[in-house]
Amino acid sequence: MWDYTDKVKDHFLNPRNVGEVENPDGIGEVGSLACGDALRLTFSLDEQKRIKDIKFKTFGCASAIASSSALTEIVKGMTLEEAEKVNNQDLAEFLGGLPEEKMHCSVMGKEALEAAIANYRGEAVVKEEYEIICKCFGVTDKEIERVAKENRLTTVAQVTDFTKAGGGCQACHPKIEDILKLLWGSKPAEPAEKRLPKGKKLSNLQKIRLIEETLEREILPPIRSDGGDLELIDIDGSKVMVALRGTCSFCPQSSFTLKHFVEAKLREFVSPEIEVEEVKP
Amino acid sequence: MKTVYLDNNATTRTAPEVVEAMLPFFSDMYGNPSSMHFFGGQVGRYVKEAREKVAALIGAHPEEIVFTSCGTESDNAAIMGTLYSYPEKKHIVISRVEHPAVLNVAHQLQARGYRVTELGVNHEGQLDLDELRTVLTDETALVSIMSANNETGVLFPIDEIAAMVREKGIPFHTDAVQSIGKIPMDLRKSPIDMLSLSGHKLHAPKGVGALYIRKGTRFAPFVVGGHQEAGRRGGTENVPFIVGLGRAAEFAMDHLREENTRVKALRDRLEAELLKSIPNTMVNGDAQNRLPNTCNLSFEYIEGESILMLLSDEGVCASSGSACTSGSLQPSHVLRAMGVPFTAAHGSIRFSLSIYNNDADIDHVIATMPPIIQRLRDISPFWKDYLEGKPLSSFLTGGDIEHHVHG
Repeated sequence: MWDYTDKVKDHFLNPRNVGEVENPDGIGEVGSLACGDALRLTFSLDEQKRIKDIKFKTFGCASAIASSSALTEIVKGMTLEEAEKVNNQDLAEFLGGLPEEKMHCSVMGKEALEAAIANYRGEAVVKEEYEIICKCFGVTDKEIERVAKENRLTTVAQVTDFTKAGGGCQACHPKIEDILKLLWGSKPAEPAEKRLPKGKKLSNLQKIRLIEETLEREILPPIRSDGGDLELIDIDGSKVMVALRGTCSFCPQSSFTLKHFVEAKLREFVSPEIEVEEVKP
Repeated sequence: MKTVYLDNNATTRTAPEVVEAMLPFFSDMYGNPSSMHFFGGQVGRYVKEAREKVAALIGAHPEEIVFTSCGTESDNAAIMGTLYSYPEKKHIVISRVEHPAVLNVAHQLQARGYRVTELGVNHEGQLDLDELRTVLTDETALVSIMSANNETGVLFPIDEIAAMVREKGIPFHTDAVQSIGKIPMDLRKSPIDMLSLSGHKLHAPKGVGALYIRKGTRFAPFVVGGHQEAGRRGGTENVPFIVGLGRAAEFAMDHLREENTRVKALRDRLEAELLKSIPNTMVNGDAQNRLPNTCNLSFEYIEGESILMLLSDEGVCASSGSACTSGSLQPSHVLRAMGVPFTAAHGSIRFSLSIYNNDADIDHVIATMPPIIQRLRDISPFWKDYLEGKPLSSFLTGGDIEHHVHG
């Protein structure tokens, strides 16, 4: 069973703003019946050009319905310029996080909004040159590139979680790898702290992911080069429990390393409230 | 909230009788059945008895039963044990709707250079036996076809298939994990060479299974170790669970009739009522040749995980072949192989019953299901379009990918 947050369950069981706005100013449709999820978004504007009414109809799983509901709640009352800035991470965050495999539901919400705004402005939705990379789910190189950039995706599996691309026959995996290579080159994706503006509250899921990333990128390489190792045991609020392995486990300096290196790095990249505790074997 | 458990093809309740039979082997009777002393020997007698009971359930000789850790191990052992015995043969035949325990073994073998033939099924989920006949060659090491499909309950004419394969001198294995305990099986009258079964599908606990290997069938052990199971499966016998499987086999024999009368009637009533009360609903699979406990329905224009979540909220446990429930992005390989229309493929729900279900369970589902389906159809953009007779636009079908790409 999926580990949905209470917020996801609430927005699935009691979805807000279901339906279609009559005589809408903008309408956006994404997804398809064959692909397993689809969303029709309609909105109308008030005199100040703010979103007065916005409604959705969604075919899909619980997280698709919850993401649609969340989207309408977030952008109601916004100007289109403000609404445009809402991205899929905002949706996921509003819901207290989504399972990684379900992130494509939040991307679908963002795309429906874009399509609806484009429809209002009379623009064609697809105007750039594109190539369909994933034929199973109709995903273009442009979308993969954009979503990978916005969400700092570095692996094919992540791209599949966020866009569905590569989740069918898998024939396009080499092409997705090429896109990622072009995007990131040999250097790692842009640093984590840029991804989440300082002071923004992290969802648990985001926090765990960020801690893991920071460990992998910033903390483990120097420790491992000294023959030591460190294992993430648990995360409880701001408390990060780790166990020391290898040469670290009997090093008299290890508590110093934990406080002044591991904790300092996690505070720098994740949150200033982080406290690191050692779990003794 | 009352739990209405209708997911018995996933796993079953361990029968209290089975639990009771197992308990002494967690305490006083802890000896190793292979030991030479009386303390182990007394335990060995119970393992022998369990072997006789499992053999009796399927009409086998006790020596033809090998205890394993689960159905998946039995499937793996049958396939690999046969291939080890015929190292020169590099072709195997399976169906496209096999359980992953067979399907993924075949795919892995394919990656290692084996030729794998996957037989397709028609829209009712049935095989084309003429196709089977044409694909068998001197190169074929093994044919492995399931007895009953776990998702749809569709029964293959397994004896007929086994006879056809035997005629060519090729070993035949059947994954009978879903059929044993639900329908009768008599291996004295069937030409099947190997058969896999699983404990937790027939009211034994999880973690025990068996592989039937007909006398005279070439087989090399898959789990290599000690001399246990007459050298066919190494590892100290999991005595409590083996005793449990034996008791469950007896329990299944006692309830086989009930399964095919009372349980079947419950299933039929559930299915008939839902088809009657909910429009745009269809049965997936051959309704005539089917397990007595399984009902797989598709509800058009909505998605299975959402249905399951709302059912779960009402205490009803079922499963779905929708993409979203599996963590994969495509609907079940079984429904796709059957060519279930895309309007229905994502909205499938499987109810699978057991002897522990009663009329009140079925009444509860019959009452809760229609409003759940209506609620989701009210949220779905496709249902209103369908009711208003609007043509399926590209947005709806995904048929014209160029017009609705994710740009």
